Amino acid sequence: MSAALSMQDAPPILEVEALTMRFGGLVAVDAVSFTARRGDITALIGPNGAGKTTVFNCITGFYRPSDGALRLHAADGVAELHRLKDHRIARAGVARTFQNIRLFPGMTALENLLVAQTVPLQAKTGFGIVALLGLGAYRKAEAAAVARAVAWLRATNLLDRADDPAGALPYGAQRRLEIARAMCTAPSLLCLDEPAAGLNPRESDELARLLRAIRDGTAAEGEPAVSVLLIEHDMGIVMTISDHVVVLDHGRKIAEGPPAVVRNDRTVIAAYLGEGDDD
Amino acid sequence: MSAFSQGGAGGRITAALRDATIAAAVAFGLFVVMVGLRTDVSPTGALVLRERWTEVAMLCALVFAGRLVVTLWGLRPQSLGQSPERAAAMARAGKLFAPLLLAAALVLPFVPGIGRYELDLGILVLTYVMLGWGLNIVVGLAGLLDLGYVAFYAVGAYSYALLAQYFGLSFWICLPLAGILAAFWGILLGFPVLRLRGDYLAIVTLAFGEIIRIVLLNWVSLTGGPNGMSGIPRPTFFGLPFNMSGEPGTFAGFFGIEPDPVHRVVFLYYLILGLALLTNWVTIRIRRQPIGRAWEALREDEIACRALGINVRNTKLTAFALGAMFGGFAGAFFATRQGFISPESFTFIESAIILAIVVLGGMGSQVGVAVAAIVMIGGFELFRDLEEWRMLVFGAAMVVIMVLRPRGLVGSRTPTIALGEKRAIGAGHVSEGRG
Amino acid sequence: MAYALQQLINGISLGMIYGLIAVGYTMVYGIIGMINFAHGDIFMVGAFVALIAMVMLVSGGIMDGPAAILLVLAISMAFTALYGWTVERVAYRPLRGSFRLAPLISAIGMSIVLQNFVQVSQGARPKPIEPQVIGGIELMREGEFVVQLSYMQMLIIGTTLAALVVFTWLVTKTPLGRAMRACEQDRKMANLLGIDTDRTISLTFVIGAALAAVAATLYLLRYGVADFFMGFIVGVKAFTAAVLGGIGSLPGAVLGGLLIGLIETFWSAYFSVQYKDVAAFSILALTLIFLPTGLLGRQDVEKV
Repeated sequence: MSAALSMQDAPPILEVEALTMRFGGLVAVDAVSFTARRGDITALIGPNGAGKTTVFNCITGFYRPSDGALRLHAADGVAELHRLKDHRIARAGVARTFQNIRLFPGMTALENLLVAQTVPLQAKTGFGIVALLGLGAYRKAEAAAVARAVAWLRATNLLDRADDPAGALPYGAQRRLEIARAMCTAPSLLCLDEPAAGLNPRESDELARLLRAIRDGTAAEGEPAVSVLLIEHDMGIVMTISDHVVVLDHGRKIAEGPPAVVRNDRTVIAAYLGEGDDD
Repeated sequence: MSAFSQGGAGGRITAALRDATIAAAVAFGLFVVMVGLRTDVSPTGALVLRERWTEVAMLCALVFAGRLVVTLWGLRPQSLGQSPERAAAMARAGKLFAPLLLAAALVLPFVPGIGRYELDLGILVLTYVMLGWGLNIVVGLAGLLDLGYVAFYAVGAYSYALLAQYFGLSFWICLPLAGILAAFWGILLGFPVLRLRGDYLAIVTLAFGEIIRIVLLNWVSLTGGPNGMSGIPRPTFFGLPFNMSGEPGTFAGFFGIEPDPVHRVVFLYYLILGLALLTNWVTIRIRRQPIGRAWEALREDEIACRALGINVRNTKLTAFALGAMFGGFAGAFFATRQGFISPESFTFIESAIILAIVVLGGMGSQVGVAVAAIVMIGGFELFRDLEEWRMLVFGAAMVVIMVLRPRGLVGSRTPTIALGEKRAIGAGHVSEGRG
Repeated sequence: MAYALQQLINGISLGMIYGLIAVGYTMVYGIIGMINFAHGDIFMVGAFVALIAMVMLVSGGIMDGPAAILLVLAISMAFTALYGWTVERVAYRPLRGSFRLAPLISAIGMSIVLQNFVQVSQGARPKPIEPQVIGGIELMREGEFVVQLSYMQMLIIGTTLAALVVFTWLVTKTPLGRAMRACEQDRKMANLLGIDTDRTISLTFVIGAALAAVAATLYLLRYGVADFFMGFIVGVKAFTAAVLGGIGSLPGAVLGGLLIGLIETFWSAYFSVQYKDVAAFSILALTLIFLPTGLLGRQDVEKV
């Protein structure tokens, strides 16, 4: 599914319904609803403190929402994310990256990508005994895992750094490796928390290309298309790659639509320029 | 590092002298009361003071000289660990060193001049090597700080003693049972506490270790309390007992050799060597498995693990249980070797020693842990003539070694898998874990 | 009823001692984020210094009465503070900012050193002293049972309160206290703002050790015996108190100390003396599991 085919009536991948998050007396997110569609790159934008990261942390299970529902329409059925624990959410098909990169710095790039495949690999280990003895079935599974890792290292242009510790990679490479690691969990939805932060213009362009390729399923050999949800400050990248933009301000949704529409929305401009009912 | 810069040499010496004088003054403050005035209980029961000013003066002089040497010859701590090149060199040396060490361990009983005393020491060292490797799974790989590891050692020892005493089970049946029971306790204790982090986990595990010891101490009807349990059956050579009669049913009789008490010691030596190597083998294999990689990932970043769908609690529990299991094996071995156990063998200091071996060895490094056990336990034995001084030296050594080498002997990490050649990862990148 | 009242008095006076030691743990934890494993042994050293001073002054016939006790307290505080300073300087400062486990191991090493240093220099035998503070006030009588508030207990409660008042003034009203709180919040930033963080940390250890010395002197007077191993159990209990109150919180440490003292006293009185340490350890475990931030601790929000 390419961007051109993405229309309002494409099936949803993620439904956010009246999501509310309260911290003590503070309402960080107030009844936000939106839908991310299959085959889209959906961007969540808004000024600082708008509640983007909170929404994001609810979707990825790091916070449990105070109210509302989150439904992931994965290939194998609908998962009610608001009822799941964080590692269950990841297993249901939501992969994420972090604003302050969280790799396993002392492990190699390749090892990082194999850790991402722990859950399916574990199932093949036969309570550890088969793998402990190094028997065939597990070896085959591990070879497949390595092959997938290599495919994503190639896709993120990191193949020559495969055996270097993740902590020794340059910043931009670490960002790409984190995306590769998220993709190795074979997600239905890839959630990115400010993926372009700290990248130079050339790296930002590469990132945009990579994200489009992930959406279209052309990033790595044998890998399916994956829908993307991202938070981003860099308006340039948001406007060029997003299919759909959701704008938050003060914990509420103030606008939603294709980039061209949102860009000219008066409430959005007001929110970004700090006008209106400011405190 | 002994070369002075020409111009500043004089100034440096003056500064060093001043520094050493301050150190001596501090030492005087520390020792004037605690060493200078010794309290003795007189025959009447009252306390009397004995003055020892010469000792105080000697100690101050010693501190002065020591401080001077340290400042002038610059024994500075390596705070950031090794460079990758050095780590790689160490790893290469380690590759050669490990087989040599293993070969030495294998032939030790047959080396001329190795008598009973040396074998006993070897058994002791190997017990700590095994405990170190077992704890290394928990601390070194999974990054969980466990200060109560001795509890599982105690569970193993008492499991064997109790099973043998009440049910008459043999060592070879009890050994796996002791391991399983210890693992069970590991899960039981680990379940509520493994979400705690860092020092909190350390202190709770310490508390659990102490609780188990106090229960063993006070449950007199079951464990004999402070008197311990004696008459624990000694191990048999797969059913053939070691004794001096030389009858057909005994080890010596079956093989038609002269009965000799050393047979049992040699057998115990190989038994603990085998158990230690089993621990090592399992650790090395499991590191390359998904679960082993998940442990290390957990040590590196727990939150990232959760985002990858890894069940953090279960992953921690497996590490805790596996570590406990090996502690239990070692405990059962300890019980059969001693023939007598009491709660006194399972104090906090044992946990501290085992943890020190792991940290000193360089967390996660199998060879490093083995060397650390040899150095610490062997060194401790070398100082046996110092009697009550040797614990003092031991504690001081712990401090000094940590200050000089905070990352331990082998701070680097070998990747579990590589597309090309496996290169050691310098200590600067490897996390120590926060759990 | 009378029995329970007596236990309450006993528990409070014991808890005050734990509270004083707990303050040392909580301060150090607050400022450098590590358990000062040797703090219990600093307490033990304090008891020995007090013991020696006491033997010298009282048995030597130089002086006695309240003045002697005050002098003993001062001597113990001064010398024990020096031990606290040295421990930080030797075992912790070189490892500042290093690998997290290293200071923990060197702290355990330091604890072993202190214990065995005292064993070597003062001998392994427990050292008894004669009771110095005798008598008390009869509060009430119920049949045979007399509820008594002894002068010793009054001394403990009075001294502890005085020490805590001085200490609270120190950390809230003085530049040193401000520097300590700044280091607690953000050491790097405090350093950039011109606070000598090394000196502040040193002083934290000095103050913690001095308070431990106060506790040790009172403990020695109350229980009349010192030995080289006494620091371990008392230390763990005081640490439990610090955790129970919420580590990093100074009023919490005192509150936790009182609770631990009361629980231990009532447990011993009504259940079993042998398992009184199990009670303390179990509370530690239960607190950490169900109330990880303690009673007055701050909530630690996990940043993603």
